Amino acid sequence: MKSFFGGIHPRYNKITRKARIEVAPLPKKIILPLQQHIGAPCSSLVKAGDVVKVGQKIADSDKFVSAPIHASISGKVLGISKMPHPTLGICDAIVIESDGKIEWDEKVKKRENVFGLSKDELKNIVKEAGIVGLGGAAFPTHVKLSPPPDKKIDTVILNGIECEPYLTCDHRLMLEHAEKIIKGLQLIVKVLEPKQCYIGIEDNKENAISLFEEKLHSMEIKDIKVVRLKTIYPQGAEKNLIYSVLKRKVPTGGLPMDVKVVVQNVGTAKAIYDAVYEGKPLIERVVTITGSVKEPKNLLVKIGTPVNELISFCGGYEGSVGKLISGGPMMGIAQYGDEIPVIKGSSGILVQREEITKDEERDCIRCGRCVDKCPMSLMPTMIMQYAQKDDFDNCKEYFALDCYECGVCSYVCPSKIPLVHWIKYAKGELMKRKKK
Amino acid sequence: METENKETKKLIVSANPHIKDKDTVNKIMWLVVLALMPAAIAGVYFFKSRALVVILLSVVSAVITEFIIQKFTGRNITIKDGSAVLTGLLLALVLSPLVPWWIAVIGSVVAISIGKMIFGGLGHNIFNPALVGRAFLVASWPALMTKWLIDGTTGATPLGLLKLEGIKTGYSALFFGNIGGTIGETSAIALLIGAGFLLYKKIIDWRIPSAYILTVLVFSFIFGQDPIFHILAGGLLIGAFFMATDYVTSPITSTGKLIFGFGCGFLTIILRLFSGYPEGVMFSILLMNAAAPLIDRYTRLKPFGYRKPEEKKEEKKAEEKPIEIKEKDIEALKEKKPEETPKVEEKPEEKEEIEEEKKDEPKNERNA
Repeated sequence: MKSFFGGIHPRYNKITRKARIEVAPLPKKIILPLQQHIGAPCSSLVKAGDVVKVGQKIADSDKFVSAPIHASISGKVLGISKMPHPTLGICDAIVIESDGKIEWDEKVKKRENVFGLSKDELKNIVKEAGIVGLGGAAFPTHVKLSPPPDKKIDTVILNGIECEPYLTCDHRLMLEHAEKIIKGLQLIVKVLEPKQCYIGIEDNKENAISLFEEKLHSMEIKDIKVVRLKTIYPQGAEKNLIYSVLKRKVPTGGLPMDVKVVVQNVGTAKAIYDAVYEGKPLIERVVTITGSVKEPKNLLVKIGTPVNELISFCGGYEGSVGKLISGGPMMGIAQYGDEIPVIKGSSGILVQREEITKDEERDCIRCGRCVDKCPMSLMPTMIMQYAQKDDFDNCKEYFALDCYECGVCSYVCPSKIPLVHWIKYAKGELMKRKKK
Repeated sequence: METENKETKKLIVSANPHIKDKDTVNKIMWLVVLALMPAAIAGVYFFKSRALVVILLSVVSAVITEFIIQKFTGRNITIKDGSAVLTGLLLALVLSPLVPWWIAVIGSVVAISIGKMIFGGLGHNIFNPALVGRAFLVASWPALMTKWLIDGTTGATPLGLLKLEGIKTGYSALFFGNIGGTIGETSAIALLIGAGFLLYKKIIDWRIPSAYILTVLVFSFIFGQDPIFHILAGGLLIGAFFMATDYVTSPITSTGKLIFGFGCGFLTIILRLFSGYPEGVMFSILLMNAAAPLIDRYTRLKPFGYRKPEEKKEEKKAEEKPIEIKEKDIEALKEKKPEETPKVEEKPEEKEEIEEEKKDEPKNERNA
């Protein structure tokens, strides 16, 4: 079975794997942060009091590495103010109050002649639709589709791994929208012209694997292949996925395009389909609401919807809440409150009870599990020990900057040391130094 | 709504991940104690109540010592984690059943206080605590420490018999027990059952014991000795599986573990054959314990996708080159460009070389 080295087998707890995607109720108001992606933040195109329609572009940037933002509901702009943000803590955001109706912008129209579109036209549609990587990192998709001329792309991998425990949004999307995902992928292939194209799926989603194989067969597509991958966390991490599928190693500090590969998430392929075929910009996504809520669900959510509205729709909290996590349990970010909005990169909301969030921390006993399991073959315990002493030179010597914070080290640590916390601290200090 | 607000007010915020493995330090320590039970039971079976008394005294005094020191220094009391029990048990298993009761007590006190607590407790000690205790006893009361029991009368260990009188003990006695020696080393099969359990549970890594035993095998063969005898006799098995694999005092890198195992094996044979002592397991492990941090430093892992700094420089040069050419001849640049791209393809091979180099490292150490 194809895989990488290191990694763990956490309890997956995919309790919503059989729950069909439901459409979340129309939110009363939405919060749209001006930065939902990697790159330059957008500046607002609207002001307080303006009336906006669904799909209307309300924020944009003239920088290349950025993605415009569209209104996901119709209504009135209440204002632009500092609001809580799931990954940045606090960020300027446009707040829109719903008019209770769904009035579409007149620019949103189905496209008839999709096959006549040129590569540049396709890239422009993707850019204008504000599409970013929906796997979590939210890197603007049109940038990935425009590799520099000296970096020829020979492989496209569609990431249908979803190795995070609890999350099932990609799995459900694959089961319910396989054809759209394949059509979206074909558009990516058209732009990048790779020699080979794979859809990577973990072998715990057997039904998705067989469905995609069937669809590819019935659609008579021969140049796209489904790759069955071992179920192990973090199989879906870009660098590890590329190694599992192609046995290529992305150089440290490099990008997948350095080894001629582009990886896209299944959700992104679906968003590209929506943008190109339906003319719809990225205004909604599938989010898994899971953990200690009364009815865990997979929801199709308007981007900007406050999380507390989604939780009430799922029947509210169950028991006393310990942690509210945006994302999955391994890489998700614990939140201060439930007023945060769903943004483009939000794949799930996980509620944890108070009881299970308590650990007693001990000193490192040098068992070496973090070293054995690290998918980047780093030595987390050494970085942690130097970070605790503020010895950042040695943190760098032990390659702290190559950590992508998958959480495996902290997960396996029998002493329950928050290794990721210390590595993040070291990384932060090293980045500050770099800037100087 | 009110209750909801109350709940959200006290949300816990911490770095990812938000789920953790069930294994804890306590669980690991108690599993190792469990794995030593077959050897302890075999010891009690062959040496009767004498062995039981030594084991109990040693364990109890280890736990009490840790408790008193932690209480006295105002630290958290961690006697429940099983590490003090483990140290006491390990020490008892490497003592002769004939030792007076106070030897077991003093050994445990030294093991815990000087072997472990003085460095800051579990995780900070340089040397294996149980072996520190034993080394102290061997140095202080050598005569008491080398009186052995066999079939109800005093006798010598198989290694002692071989060294002093040239008598070789049979394999089956070595394998099943009933030989002169320490409480724990008497039965090879009991130790192997425990070791198999730890390997199966992935508590210990195969590298240290394998490298250790293989090195003893190879070098005893080279020096014209019986390799099987050297593996089964003395404290080699308990040392290789239960002492050398102590997390705190052994390297954490895979390559480091192999080097560590090799070093232990090599020193054991050298000490067994060329020193005044018949046995060399204890000193070889203690010596390699001291080298463990250094081994870790020199076997530091390279991250996935690592490029040597020279490669990066070369690449930068390559990037700069076309600019120089540009000034001279623009057409030459066009021809050069296709040559640049194969560089990326070469990379996987280069990385394999790095891995190969790593594999070579233990050999270099051996030569040194």
